Amino acid sequence: MGTSEQGKIKNKMRRQKLFSALKHEKNKTRHKERATRAKEERANPELKEERLKNNVPATIESKRVFDETVGAEVEGEDDFSSYFDGREPKVLLTTNANARKAAYEFADILMEAIPNVTFVKRKREYTVKDISGYCANRDFTDLVIINEDKKDVNGITFVHLPEGPTFYFSITSLVPGKKIAGHGKATDHIPELILNNFTTRLGQTISRMFQSLYPQKPEFEGRNVVTLHNQRDFIFFRRHRYIFRNEEKVGLQELGPQFTMKLRRVQKGVKEEIEWEHRPDMDKDKRKFYL
Amino acid sequence: MSDEIIWQVINQGFCTYKVKTTKDQNFCRNEFNVSGLCSRQSCPLANAKYATVKNVDGRLYLYMKTVERAHTPAKLWERIKLSKNYAKALEQVDQHLLYWNKFLIHKCKQRLTRLTQVAITERRLALREDERHYVGVKHKVKRREENRERKALSAAKIEKAIEKELLDRLKSGAYGDKPLNVDEKIWKKVLGHVEDEEEQELEDELEDEDMEDEEEDDSDVGEVEFVEDDGEDELVDVEDLERWLDGSDSEDSEGTDDSDSDSDSDSEDEEKLKKQKAKEQRAKKRRARVEVEYEEEQLQNTVSSTAN
Repeated sequence: MGTSEQGKIKNKMRRQKLFSALKHEKNKTRHKERATRAKEERANPELKEERLKNNVPATIESKRVFDETVGAEVEGEDDFSSYFDGREPKVLLTTNANARKAAYEFADILMEAIPNVTFVKRKREYTVKDISGYCANRDFTDLVIINEDKKDVNGITFVHLPEGPTFYFSITSLVPGKKIAGHGKATDHIPELILNNFTTRLGQTISRMFQSLYPQKPEFEGRNVVTLHNQRDFIFFRRHRYIFRNEEKVGLQELGPQFTMKLRRVQKGVKEEIEWEHRPDMDKDKRKFYL
Repeated sequence: MSDEIIWQVINQGFCTYKVKTTKDQNFCRNEFNVSGLCSRQSCPLANAKYATVKNVDGRLYLYMKTVERAHTPAKLWERIKLSKNYAKALEQVDQHLLYWNKFLIHKCKQRLTRLTQVAITERRLALREDERHYVGVKHKVKRREENRERKALSAAKIEKAIEKELLDRLKSGAYGDKPLNVDEKIWKKVLGHVEDEEEQELEDELEDEDMEDEEEDDSDVGEVEFVEDDGEDELVDVEDLERWLDGSDSEDSEGTDDSDSDSDSDSEDEEKLKKQKAKEQRAKKRRARVEVEYEEEQLQNTVSSTAN
C-alpha cells in the first residue's frame, strides 16, 4: 500500500486520508472479485470444486511431524485385552487425600458420565497401591482418582486394574453441564463412545483405556453419546444427546460436562516405572504430536 | 574489629545477609544466625562470642565461637555433635554453654527443639509415599498451553466430527437391523438410500452395457450393409468348402477357417465375438437383476409386515 508518493506527503492528515482511500479501493476490488467469483461458481459448481481442490490451506495437522506409529495396528496383547474378551467394566471413583469441595463436585459429575461407577471417600491412610489392591480383589476393573489442588480440579488418574498401567491427565476448562447454555437433562442410559483421532501407538493405548471404561453394549434408545476427541494432544470430553433429523442431518444437544484432558504421564503397573512423561520441551515444536 | 563498629555498619549501612521488611523487624539470612532475626544480640557477625545449633547432613551440631579464636577464621567455629536423644542434647547444650549469656543458651535450646521437630516431620514424610507428583509449571508454558488448547478446540470442530461419525455409524449399519435410536421413516429412507445406491450401481452397469451395445449396434448398422455381403458370402464359401472337402475333420476345417478369417477379415470376427460376449453378459446381468427384484419384493414384504 505504502507507495513512494504517499511517503512524500508531509502532512500526516492528508497522508492518512490518502492511505485510507487506497485501502478502501483495494477492499472494494477484492469484494467485487469475490462476488463475481461466487456468481460464476453458483452457475458452474465445478469451478468451485476445482478451486477448493487446488486451494488447500496448510494446517498444523497436515504439517504434522512424521510419526511412524500413526495408523499402525496394535500388535500383540496389551493390558486391556481382558475388556475385549467381554469383561464388564466396574469403576471405583475416589479423590486425592484431603480433597476439598471441588473434587467432590467433579466426582458427582463423573458419576453421571461413567456407567457402573462407585464413589468412595478417600481415607488418608490408604495409598493408591493399597486401594488398587482392594479394588482388584473386589473385581473392579478401573480406578479413577480425581486430583484437586488449590480448590480446583487439575488432574485425573486412571489405573487399570489389576496390573496397571496408570495414566495421569491434567484437566483444564472444566464446565459442568448446568453451566452450558441449552443443556439437556442426562438420562442414565449407557452411552455410545466416539474416540476420534487417536492415531499413534500411544494414542491407541489411550483410546483402548477409555474404551475399557465404558460397557461394550450401549443402550441406543438413550441416544447418548460420549465423545473423546483428540486434537493436537488435547483430549476434549463432550457428552451429547443426538437425534437423526433426516438421513443427512443430526441434531445434538449437549448434556455436559465439558473438560479438556492432556496426557502427562504413563506408568507401568500401579504408579511404578514411568513409561512416558510429558516435558515442557516437547511442546517446542508445535507440529509434533504424541497421540 | 570491634563488635560495636561491625554492628553499626550492619545496622546503619549495608549487610548482605539482611532482609529488609516493611515492618520494623528485619530478617537475617546468615546460616549461623540462631534466631533468624536481625538484631544486635543475635547477629553472628557482630558478636565475637556466639553459639548456634545447625543441622549438617541430618545430624545436629552445637556451634560455638569465642573471642580467643577471632583471629583464625579457619578455626573460628568449635562444633560439638549433639546426641540423637533430645534430653541428652539439651544437657549437652547446658554443659557446653555453662556461664554463657542466658539469651544464647535459651535461643540455642529453642533452635535445637525446632530442628528436632523438623527432623521428625521429615522422617515421617519420607516414610509416607507421596501420592502426588509435583511438576513445576512456568507461567510461559501455562499460557502457551492455554492458547494451544483454545486453537486446538477451534480446529477440532467437535460437533461436526460427532455428527459425521454418527451418520457413518447409521449408514454403515452399526446400529443393527432395527435401530432404536432412529425414527422409522428416516431409517426406511436410509435403507432405501443404501438399496438405491446398490441398484443404481447395477443399473449404471447395465446402462453402460446397453449403451455399448447400442453403440456397437449403431456402428454395425453403418457397417452391416458394407460387411454383410462379403462376410456371409465368405462364410458360406468356407462352409461349402468344408462340406466339399471333408465334413468329419472338424479341427482341420477350423484351422483353415481361422487362417482364412485372419487373412481376410479380422474386424468382422472380432465384432462377432464382441457381440456374443455382450449378449452373454447381458444375459448374466439380466439374471442378476431378476434376483435383485426378488430381494426387493421380500424386503417390501418384511417392511409392510412390520408396519402392519
